[in-house]
Formats: sequence, C-alpha cells, structure tokens
Amino acid sequence: MNIQHVQLRNITKRFPGVLANDRVNFDVRAGEIHALLGENGAGKTTLMKILYGLYQADEGEILINDAPVRIKSPSDAMRQGIGMVHQHFQLVPPFTVTENIALGLRSAREPMLDLDAVGKRLRELASRYGLHVDPHALVWQLAVGQQQRVEILKALYRDAALLILDEPTAVLTPQEVKELFVTLRRLTETGHALIFISHKLHEVMQISDRVTVLRDGRVVGTVATKHTNTKELARMMVGRDVVTSWDKPPVKTDDQILRIEKLSALDDKGLPAVKNLSLDVRAGEIVGIAGVSGNGQRELAETLVGLRRAESGVVSVAGRDLTNHDPADIIAAGVAFIPEERMTMGVIRDFTVQENLILETHAQPPLARKALFDFDKIAAHASQLVREYDVRTPTLDTPVKSLSGGNIQKLILARELSRAPRLLIAAQPTRGVDIGATEYIHKRLIEQRAQGTAILLISEDLDEVLALADRIAVMYEGEIVGVVPPNTPVDQLGLMMAGAKRVSS
Amino acid sequence: MIDPFLLSMLITILASGIRFATSYIFAAIGETFGQISGVLNLGVEGIMLVAAYAAYFVVLQTNEPGLGLLAAILVGIVMGLATAFLSVTLKAEQGISGIGVYLFGLGLSDLLFRVTVKSVQTVKGFPNIHIPALSDLPILGPIFFQHNLLVYAAFALVPLAWFVLNKTTFGLQVRAVGQNPEAADTLGISVARVRYTTLTLGGALSGIAGASLSIALLNIFQQNLTSGQGFIAVALVYFGAWQPFRVMLGCLLFSMVNALQLTMQVNRIPIPADIALMMPYILTIVALIFAARQLVIQPAALTKPFERGE
Repeated sequence: MNIQHVQLRNITKRFPGVLANDRVNFDVRAGEIHALLGENGAGKTTLMKILYGLYQADEGEILINDAPVRIKSPSDAMRQGIGMVHQHFQLVPPFTVTENIALGLRSAREPMLDLDAVGKRLRELASRYGLHVDPHALVWQLAVGQQQRVEILKALYRDAALLILDEPTAVLTPQEVKELFVTLRRLTETGHALIFISHKLHEVMQISDRVTVLRDGRVVGTVATKHTNTKELARMMVGRDVVTSWDKPPVKTDDQILRIEKLSALDDKGLPAVKNLSLDVRAGEIVGIAGVSGNGQRELAETLVGLRRAESGVVSVAGRDLTNHDPADIIAAGVAFIPEERMTMGVIRDFTVQENLILETHAQPPLARKALFDFDKIAAHASQLVREYDVRTPTLDTPVKSLSGGNIQKLILARELSRAPRLLIAAQPTRGVDIGATEYIHKRLIEQRAQGTAILLISEDLDEVLALADRIAVMYEGEIVGVVPPNTPVDQLGLMMAGAKRVSS
Repeated sequence: MIDPFLLSMLITILASGIRFATSYIFAAIGETFGQISGVLNLGVEGIMLVAAYAAYFVVLQTNEPGLGLLAAILVGIVMGLATAFLSVTLKAEQGISGIGVYLFGLGLSDLLFRVTVKSVQTVKGFPNIHIPALSDLPILGPIFFQHNLLVYAAFALVPLAWFVLNKTTFGLQVRAVGQNPEAADTLGISVARVRYTTLTLGGALSGIAGASLSIALLNIFQQNLTSGQGFIAVALVYFGAWQPFRVMLGCLLFSMVNALQLTMQVNRIPIPADIALMMPYILTIVALIFAARQLVIQPAALTKPFERGE
C-alpha cells in the first residue's frame, strides 16, 4: 500500500455535451493535505471519481510512486491503497457499524461472515486514530459526525494510504469540523496522503498544505496555502472578485410582520419536530435560523407556509392569523417561500422556464382572462423576470430541469420576489449553488430587506447566516435555544447548535 | 374426550395445510432473496406454471419424478435469468415486466399442454415418505411425518435461507445491494452480479414450487394450475417482512385456510363454495394491509434499477 506520491497527468473526461475535465494535472504526497477547490460543476468530483475508478478518463494517466497504474473499478483503487469518503455517505443504514466495515471484504471463514474478527480490528484502528464509535451500533442511529467516522474507518480498514474526502464538512457542526480536522492532522502525521475537496474557502485555508483550484474543468492554478488568502482563492474560483460581506444599512424595523407563538408541529413520522416555538420578524429585518440539519427547520418552514399542520400555537402575518390556512391563502397574504428542496418543491422539473415563473399567478389577470391564458402577456412577464434576475436560459421554453442549480434558484427567487412579498421565508437559498449565484442571491436578499420585507432565513451554512442576518435564532431539537446578535463568536454559536448552551433572550 | 370425527378432521386439515404450504414456501423464499436484493419479481406465477408443466411432461414421458424436478429447476433458472436480464440489464419497470413474464408463462404452459398432452392425465409423483418411528406417533405422525420429499425440503429451506442471508458474506452483500446499491458499488461489489444471482436462485425455487404442485401434490397439469399462488407468494414476502421464518408463518396461515375451506367443502359443511374459495384471496388483501404498515423495514432500493449516477 505504501503511497509516497500520486499524480494525475493530463486527465480529460467528456460527458455528452460537457467537457468535465480538460487536461487536468494534480498530485498529492504522503503527509500532506492537498485541497481541491472549485464551484459546483467545476469538475472536482469527476476528477476524484476517475482516481477512485468509478469513471474512466478519456485521456491522461495516473501514476503512483512514479509508476503508471490503471484503475478500472473501486476495487482496483482500494487495492492500490486509495480510499474515498463520499459526500453522501456510502453506508447501509440498517446495518451495524461492523457490518458496514465487513461489507465486500473477504472473510477469514468464507463463505461465513466473521464479524468478531472485523470488530476486533475495527476497535484497534478506532483507538489508534481517535475515531471512537460503537461497533455494534446501527448506522442509522448514529449522529452524522459519527457516520462520517465510520466512512473514514471503512477506508482505513482497507489499508487506504490516500484518502479522498469529498466535501467532508458540508454536513457537520462547527464542533464536529474541529474534531474532523484533528483526525485529518493525525492521519497526515502517520504518513497518509489526503485530498480535501471543498468550496469553503476558510476551511481550505485552515486545513490544507496546498490548494488546486478548478474552474470549468480546467486547473486555474496550484498554490501553497501559506502563500495565499481567501480573496485570491475566490478570485481564482470565480474568475473575478467576489463580495462575501455586505453593508446592511439600518432599516426602520418597527412593524412586526411575522409572529410565531408557541408553535408545535410533527415530523413525517409523527414525532414532535417543532416544540412550543416563538419568534418574530419585523419589516426590513433578516432573522437567520442557524442549526444542524434535522433539528426541525424544514418542519418549521413547512408549517409557516401551510404545508404542514400546526398542532398548536399561532402563526400570524401582519396581524392576520394564518395558522393552518391553506397555501393559497398564505401566498395571497403576501408570503413568499424559497423551499429547501429546490427540484421537488421549488419548481416542476419538466415544465418550462415561463410556466415555472407563473405557477402562483397564472390564474390572475393580466396573465389570464377568465379561463384562458394570455400568452403574449405571459411571455412578456417571463422574459422581464429572466432579464431582471439574470436567469441564464437558452429560451423561455427550456425545461427547468436542464438549467444549473444556481439558475433554477434565481428563477425561484424571481418568481417569489416579483410578487413584492411582505414576508420571505428562504430555506437553504444557496445550498449547492455556486459562488457567483450565491453572491447574487445574497445581494437580492439584502435589497429586499432594504425595501422593508421581513425575511426569515433558514440556513445550515453558518457563514451565510452570519453575513446576512440582523439577529440569529439558533434551533436545536425543535426549539429556539437562543436569539443572539450576528457578532456572536462562532464557538458560542457552535455550542448552541450542539444543544450544549442556551441563551435566554 | 374429543369427538373422534372432529379429531380426524383436524388432523386432515393440519396435515394438508402443511402439504399445501410447500409451493408457497418455495416460491416465497425465492422471492424473498430477489426482493432483499432490491428486485420485485412479479413473474413468479409464470415461472411456476411453465416449470409445473415441464416437470409434469417429463414425468409423463419417463415416469421419473427426479427427472421432472430437474426439468422444473432448469426452466426456473432460465426464466430467472430472463427476469434478471429484463430488470437488471435492461432496467425495465419491474411491475410491468413481471406481469409480462406471468402472461408469457400462462400462455406458454397452456399452449404446450394442449399441443403435447391434450387431456388431463395423472402422473406418478413423488411418493410419501414415512419417517421411521416418528410417523407412527399418534396425531403428530400423520400431521408432520408422512409427506413427500418436497414438503420436507421446503421446511428445511427456511432455516437455510435465514442462515445464508444473515451469516454469510454473500447474504450481507444481498442485503446491502437491496438497501444501498451505491454503497455496495463503491466497495467493489457488483450490484448486477448479486441481483442476477438472487433472481436466478429465486427462479429455480419458483420452478421447484411449480413442480411441487404438478408432480408431488396434485400429480396433474391443467391450464392455470397455480391459480394465483405465485402472486400470493409475492404478497407473503411483504407480509413476512423479508424474514424467512415470518414468511414461512404467512405461508402456513394461507395453506391452513385453504385446507380448512377444502375440508369444509368435502364434509358438506353448509357454506357457499364461492365464499370458501375466496378465503385465501381475502386473506391476501388483509395481509397487504398489514404489510403497508411496515414500510420502514422494506429494502430501500426495492424496484429501483441501479445506475452509477453522477
């Protein structure tokens, strides 16, 4: 397994209509963390899937310790000492930790499983690298950070000398990120080579030794981390300077628009997800809800817009009680919603751009006269929105499913904001969206704030909440554990997000 | 003391219930493997029919039940492979392609029967084996120990299936492929190979299920001999929550109801025959209503073809 140096040389990979990797060079050495930075769709994941044998390069070669190798499948990669920790964990939820580790391995007692032997070696590895996890626990019962440990252990168990980590921090709390970074450092000390895929600049600055930036399938450059900074990296990623902090001129915030009082709601399994929650948002104010995924944020948003029943409590908008009203009523009351599930709740995938732009207003004049559409007006309306919100689409009749995530999100933003809402509920508005579109969406949210809209921003991206919110409400297990100002130290927010600290407001 | 007439009727019901369970068990255990690996095979009934015919025809020609069984297994393997080709390689919609396989089997078995045999004739099937000593026990003997080879084999299959699924590396791969094929793929397990294996195994077991009717239980063949048993077996896998022993209990429940309604008819207990005949099917619907509540433990990738995604 001994890996000293892995090189990818002139890797080219084409998909129908897309050049995903264009003569990419990349290398990593034992004992270092080399970050691979780029926007969504820049070709990071494709490159790593080639290294891990899930894709085959059309051109180019892979060298391990200066000898060319062919990697045709994940089994080949594992044999060469390459392991991958996927962004979406590749674990079998109903299996135990040990069963997940044993899966696909030959057992000493073939054809019978030998889980005791696997569990024993697993415990040794776990204590050597400080990755503590109960071998008998069922994976679905583990916290996300623990599941990630299982993924890392799975690779280490297979003697991985090179570990590819695909966006490993995306699902973690700040505390879990800290623990992960300690583990990664320990791995480099024991001679492992690490590739850290990310689009989060400050994490790359914090953990890596070198950074390679990819844009549109090409390498923009490789730099030593200590000789660069986030501003330069952002410019390399996007190709221009990027705004990450915003001036928020004070807005007169007297009118209370959204009032949530002692609200409770259940999740899909019928368990309490929102518990006795109270919060208010005033006109011209952005209230950010920070929290780790799965702490009731989704249920809260759905309850506010009438997609989920409130078991008790009151939701009112501009003084009008809208508790358990249907979505049409709530839309009519001036509430706009950017849902977290963009492709399933935000748009109809197979509908065109212009059809998606009129989902809420299609039955009203001027777009419709009685039961008939006025297609000229619809086209005019749609093309104006497309221009105004910079939605990059070939035509108005293009199905939205062929647009990029960022453009779909801009389309949703256009549809929702064009109704001049009094209240905007934005759930994960920039998740999976590239930096350029993120910047644009943030700019729009700030503009909307200046116009006096009340904005409830629900985001798992703490940087986003810190950059935009006037007040931050931290949500943990269905409750608000504190409402704090945006200059609160990240450490303290992290503790609150983990449920370890409460702040009474 | 129990009324001797009632007692003998009870013994008959239990003994024939166990005998009737044979075809359900083979078919349902075979289906369990397929479903746990993530493929819903609705064509079981069609495979059973062709295999039942093949076994019957071979025995009619050779008078050798062993050869008939072999023919049924071969038919099952071929049709299992065809099912795998449709649902794994071609990624066909599993519900629809399964119905296709069923209609194909129904038509083919009937056609072959009309061309080669024409009229209903009885064949010499597997004889009953009286297990020494045990079969002489009062009550228990006739219920448990006076059956043909396939009956014993069906009940032996259940613990074997449990063992393979839970205690072997192959079983772990089967379960993983049904729950998260992407994960299995990244660990170097061929999802296609595992699913081909389970569907071929399921086909072979469906073949035996068909033979257990035509050359062991009834010793005849006729159009639509299986009368829905293959579909009931699919339902029983849901009912049994993908666990061999629970699936077996479901099979026994059905076969006992069947034995009960037959005994009632034979003994002229006055309920309408149509109602009696309906009982197993009503039970299927009830079973499925129960099954709807346990979606939590269903193989997460069931009916979803696997494709290495972006």
